[in-house]
Amino acid sequence: MLDVVWLIPALPLAGFLCILLFGRKLGDPKAGYFATAMVAGSFVVTVGVFFDLLSKTAEQRHHVTTLFQWVPIGSTHIDLAFLADPLSLTMCLFVTGIGSLIHLYAVGYMHGDPKFSKFFLYLNLFAFSMLMLVLGSNMLVTFLGWEGVGTCSYLLISFWHAKDSAATAGKKAFITNRVGDWGFMMAMFFAFWAVGSLDYSVINGAAAGLAATTATAIALFAFVGACGKSAQLPLYLWLPDAMEGPTPVSALIHAATMVTAGVYLMCRLSPVLNVASGYAPTIIAVVGAATALFAATIAVAQTDIKKVLAYSTVSQLGYMFLAVGSGAYTAAIFHMVTHAFFKALLFLGAGSVIHGMHHEQDMRRMGALRKLMPITAITFIVGWLAIAGVPPFAGFWSKDDILLAAYDKNIFLWLVGLITALLTAFYMTRQVIMVFYGKARWHDAHEEHGAAGDLGVGAAGDLGVGAVGDLKPRESPWMMVTPLVVLAVLSIVGGGLNLPFKTTTEKLASWLEPVVGSHESTTSKLPLALVAIAIGLLGIAAAYAVYYFKKVKAVEPAILADAWHYDAAVSAFMGGPGRKAFDGVAWTDVHVIDGAVNGSGGLVRGAAGQVRKLQSGNVRNYAAAIGAGVVLLLVWFVVIRGLL
Amino acid sequence: MELFVFIVAGLMVIGGAIGVLVRTHPVHAALSLILTLFGVAVLFVAQDAQFLAAVEVIVYAGAIVVLFLFVIMLLGIDRAEDLHIEPFKIQRPVAIAVGAGLVSLLGLAVIASRTHPVPVVTPSDAVAAAALDPHDGNIRALARDVFSDHVMAFELTSVLLVIAVVATVLLARKPRKGETYIASGSTQ
Amino acid sequence: MIAAVQPTTTWYLLLAAALFAIGAVGVMVRRNPLVLFMCIELMLNAVNLSFVAFAKQMGDIGGESTVFFVMVVAAAEVVVGLGIVVSILRRKPSANTDDLTELKG
Repeated sequence: MLDVVWLIPALPLAGFLCILLFGRKLGDPKAGYFATAMVAGSFVVTVGVFFDLLSKTAEQRHHVTTLFQWVPIGSTHIDLAFLADPLSLTMCLFVTGIGSLIHLYAVGYMHGDPKFSKFFLYLNLFAFSMLMLVLGSNMLVTFLGWEGVGTCSYLLISFWHAKDSAATAGKKAFITNRVGDWGFMMAMFFAFWAVGSLDYSVINGAAAGLAATTATAIALFAFVGACGKSAQLPLYLWLPDAMEGPTPVSALIHAATMVTAGVYLMCRLSPVLNVASGYAPTIIAVVGAATALFAATIAVAQTDIKKVLAYSTVSQLGYMFLAVGSGAYTAAIFHMVTHAFFKALLFLGAGSVIHGMHHEQDMRRMGALRKLMPITAITFIVGWLAIAGVPPFAGFWSKDDILLAAYDKNIFLWLVGLITALLTAFYMTRQVIMVFYGKARWHDAHEEHGAAGDLGVGAAGDLGVGAVGDLKPRESPWMMVTPLVVLAVLSIVGGGLNLPFKTTTEKLASWLEPVVGSHESTTSKLPLALVAIAIGLLGIAAAYAVYYFKKVKAVEPAILADAWHYDAAVSAFMGGPGRKAFDGVAWTDVHVIDGAVNGSGGLVRGAAGQVRKLQSGNVRNYAAAIGAGVVLLLVWFVVIRGLL
Repeated sequence: MELFVFIVAGLMVIGGAIGVLVRTHPVHAALSLILTLFGVAVLFVAQDAQFLAAVEVIVYAGAIVVLFLFVIMLLGIDRAEDLHIEPFKIQRPVAIAVGAGLVSLLGLAVIASRTHPVPVVTPSDAVAAAALDPHDGNIRALARDVFSDHVMAFELTSVLLVIAVVATVLLARKPRKGETYIASGSTQ
Repeated sequence: MIAAVQPTTTWYLLLAAALFAIGAVGVMVRRNPLVLFMCIELMLNAVNLSFVAFAKQMGDIGGESTVFFVMVVAAAEVVVGLGIVVSILRRKPSANTDDLTELKG
């Protein structure tokens, strides 16, 4: 089965090509089911490869399948090759698994949209790119996937491109990603220069011999790329705006898969990071912790159901980088997996709510949906408990591993992580209360606006609801609800992957150990776990007090709602000093570089013009020239050559 | 005696040359050329190259210069040229420099190699035998040389002469009605 | 006493050099095309003179046969050259070499 590992990305690619040619003919919903089948097939192959890999011993779990020589460079070449090892298989499993669930969900969500088949076209292309990214055995294949997911992200965010904000958000995502891509490219250049190959096995094998500065450069530049892709400070600003895309896109790309690519990259290069100078992991950990706290503070004041989840994603990604920076790669991956489960669940649940509310996204106009959308509510609550870190749900175990690693690194990082956990519990509880409990507030909204769904230009929202003003939210169809249930189950049992009680229960750690090494901690786990649980419960209680019982007044300052005016600051910088810098660079290009090139042309022309005067066309001048030449020759022969 | 001949002939040569250089009227220049050619012929005789002296007078002075005069007369371009004006300012200084350079360098070379050993060439037997004739030794030796060692060159020069004549006839003929001049590049 | 001085090969060669130089100067200075040609003939004669001097000095009759061929070629050259001059000057009788500038680059 290992030899057909290439099928894993090939199936979505085939899906993409088929839908490209026949998508319109297949239509709604066959195109969607076809796309889902392709990704589900990928999942099946992944499971097969996974079992094949399991049957090998730990040292042998490293299989490279080369398809063809891709880029010949002098005496070496870069292959299009896939690496099947524990890390890539783990990523593939949840990418294809959750991917197929979300594809199924999207069939229901996008029903009625005029560009239905195009949506699945892009989704399959995304699946292909993501799988190339994860399965690549060298940095160039990963980069291919990296760019591919960036492009698909742009295509999918601006799916409803007639809407200005969506188009702008797509551009913002692409451009910000590009800045990060520069970092990735610099890392590739350094790696190739230092090691002579872009192959992971070669780079990681040679990591021990790398100079500390080179390793630091590679690691930090790769981290810049990761910041762009995984929305860390300062390049996070595309992720909240990316919520303009349809909810399945937010779930798949911006919660479960694409944004984890940065974490994946850092884990893949973990041997290099391990030999880098001490300040490199510290920088990563600090950036991760700062982002986590920063985003959590913003999420407290958001009113759009999806924006809360977006900032929550940024915050949880910060946790993952905190783990990477503390050297606990397994914890980062564990949290990545559980986060994929519950964040996808939360997004899909939010999508179900939005769908049922006819594309109403403002939480202030929701409420009391628990009775009307029971399955959505229950699954959403499961996701809420998971993210808040309540045992035995999955999020508690992974977050606890990270906090333990942070405590080992630096107590301040641990404190920041703890405060973030408090805020996470707080804002998620706030969201649950605002959406599912309390009074039904949507009637007021519809009397105000008089129109159903003023936020989405796309899907027709006529699912059995009557005229304007008579909105009655109802549960979503089976294809949307089934993934929710599956993900809820996974969020409950997902913690079992890496229970910290004994070494034998730490299954994920031992599985990943050949790739990312192990991280032992001397701190005892129980006290820290108890503190984390207490903090989580405190956050939940505080949110209840403010929003449910209304004992304490809600504090949602405008500065938090506006994300600490970060966007405005970036625009001001880019418009002002940034623009001057860019204009300067453009001026240099036109006048200095082009000037040099054109100038040398002009110089040659001028010189030629001068030399041209020799060709006067006049015989006597030519005779004079010949005479002068003869005299010079005579000088050479008689005087210099010494016929004297 | 030879000194006297050399000096007189030398003066004729140089005088004629300078005459060609400075005479404004083309016919006068042609006559100065004849003076030079005569001087050169005398010098040939002094060098025991009697046949060449004769050929010089007959061919050069008698045919080539006459041809020059024919052309001058037929075309009617015997207007005197004004030597005071010179359109290219640089031309005269360069000319003087080149002339001085040539004379000085060639003279330097010649004087410096005065004492060098002279390579002596042994002529082939036929030529040596022919040269011994007391009356026309020079002509016989020259004939032996041209017609045996250099006969190929001789044949080729005859071909060359034919070509030259044919070419010139084509170049210089008057065009028939409707034909363009072969030597185009009008100076109208 | 003066009669005892013999002109050596060197003298002839110096004379030839002077004649050549005068011819060269003439080519560069004169504007009338026919006079230009005559100066070229001067240069050729200088060369002939030096060939003959060397032939005498080395005892090689090859020098004189060279002069023979030089004269033949000079004659051919004059013929062709004058043909060209005639065809040019037929159209514009007042032309001198300074007017023939079609090859100006």
